[in-house]
Amino acid sequence: MEQVLWFGWFRADIIAEYAVLFWRGLQMTILVTLICIVQGTALGLGVGMARLAEARHAPARQLCRFALRWPATVYVSFFRGTPLFVQILLIHFAVLPLFINPADGLLISGETARNLKQNYGAFLSGVLALTLNAGAYISEIFRAGIQSIDRGQVEASRSLGMSFPRTMFHVVLPQAFRRMLPPLGNNAISLLKDSSLISAIGLAELAYAARTVAGAYSRYWEPYLTISLMYWVLTLGLAYVVKNLEARYGRGDTR
Amino acid sequence: MDEVIRVEGLTKQFGTLAVLRGIDCSIRASEVVCVIGPSGSGKSTFLRCLNGLEDASGGQVLVGGVSVHDPKTDVDALRSEIGMVFQRFNLFPHKTVLENITLAPTKVRGLSSAQAHSRAHELLVKVGLLDKIDAYPNQLSGGQQQRVAIARALAMQPRIMLFDEPTSALDPEMVGEVLAVMQALAEEGMTMVVVTHEMGFARQVADRVLFIDEGLVVEEGTPADLFDRPQEERTRRFLSKVL
Repeated sequence: MEQVLWFGWFRADIIAEYAVLFWRGLQMTILVTLICIVQGTALGLGVGMARLAEARHAPARQLCRFALRWPATVYVSFFRGTPLFVQILLIHFAVLPLFINPADGLLISGETARNLKQNYGAFLSGVLALTLNAGAYISEIFRAGIQSIDRGQVEASRSLGMSFPRTMFHVVLPQAFRRMLPPLGNNAISLLKDSSLISAIGLAELAYAARTVAGAYSRYWEPYLTISLMYWVLTLGLAYVVKNLEARYGRGDTR
Repeated sequence: MDEVIRVEGLTKQFGTLAVLRGIDCSIRASEVVCVIGPSGSGKSTFLRCLNGLEDASGGQVLVGGVSVHDPKTDVDALRSEIGMVFQRFNLFPHKTVLENITLAPTKVRGLSSAQAHSRAHELLVKVGLLDKIDAYPNQLSGGQQQRVAIARALAMQPRIMLFDEPTSALDPEMVGEVLAVMQALAEEGMTMVVVTHEMGFARQVADRVLFIDEGLVVEEGTPADLFDRPQEERTRRFLSKVL
């Protein structure tokens, strides 16, 4: 392909040549981010509630403490207290082979395991690590959001005969969600950027595409500047979505 | 004499602080009981024990013969029969007036939205706020919010209404509109327990007044007896400060 120089130094032809690779990488980055946002939010909700679980009478009281609050606290502490990069490596090279292994996988073994590991190994590990990591951070957002709702709201709802789950679903969470949107948005943006770390275990997402191109041409400005711009556009888009959600769910809010 | 609430030896301890130190009382159907006393006397805690918002440390509360604090009691079913109005209104800020009122009847009672809507309509007429049906709570004055809160509690068609200092957070000019709604309710025969600092209301509307101090019922009687002929020195001292 003929060299195309922009501004006298930017080899646009390299990007054009690898357009498909960047395009697939972009799709993978978006896919991983979306899956992890959804799963991380669900996990974060569950863990956040577990960290707040309390009951009045035995044995539910002890159950809440030892079976819910403690494990949830340890989980959050671990995933917030260790580097995401290390978590990805640990899950990909140590945890996943334990469960999915042709020889003696605890979950899946044999030929299925071989295929799964070969074709989707990095994807599964990456999504799992990022989900677990995001879940820990999001659970703290949920916990803070739920705790920020005035006790009187719960009391009013319970006094009307609404059960605890109904109170959560209809009264507390909708209000907490409004306050949680800005930190959740920040978290989604972090998640999008952190997904680049999964390239280390060979998942063909944006950062991996850039590395491939850089290796092929020994040129670094073009691929890394290109994906930088792509990440930037994506994070701007996310920020825009969050802003709109905030406006939509802001009704009735006094602050 | 149709007893709906019976309190026996009720005690409540917050850490080392004894807030209630053995309260006994009995409330009949259609009776309006006002609970007065200095702040920190335990009167709000007493009220919150009646629907189990507060645990009891000892003794028991029976509502319609059912023990409120028994772990086996279906406390949600019990509370759906006991309306409560709070000092700080506690309307749901993310829901309109209509949604505030219809939420529990549709979710707990299983009313259709049309049924719940028509009930809300009736109640808003009763508290004089039909024009605010689609407003959000933060668009209402304190007095209006409290009247909506009363309508919200009434929408469950409770047998008993508890009021926890319902006018204490209101500007003085809004107290009257809330008390008027409560008085109308009393005249319809609702069983009411009202923790209040409004001595005028207690005197005019109550069938019986309880004076609580330091976690005990110091004195009780008809408004005329308690306000005009208090027997206890502590009651006299309290009344001399507030009347």
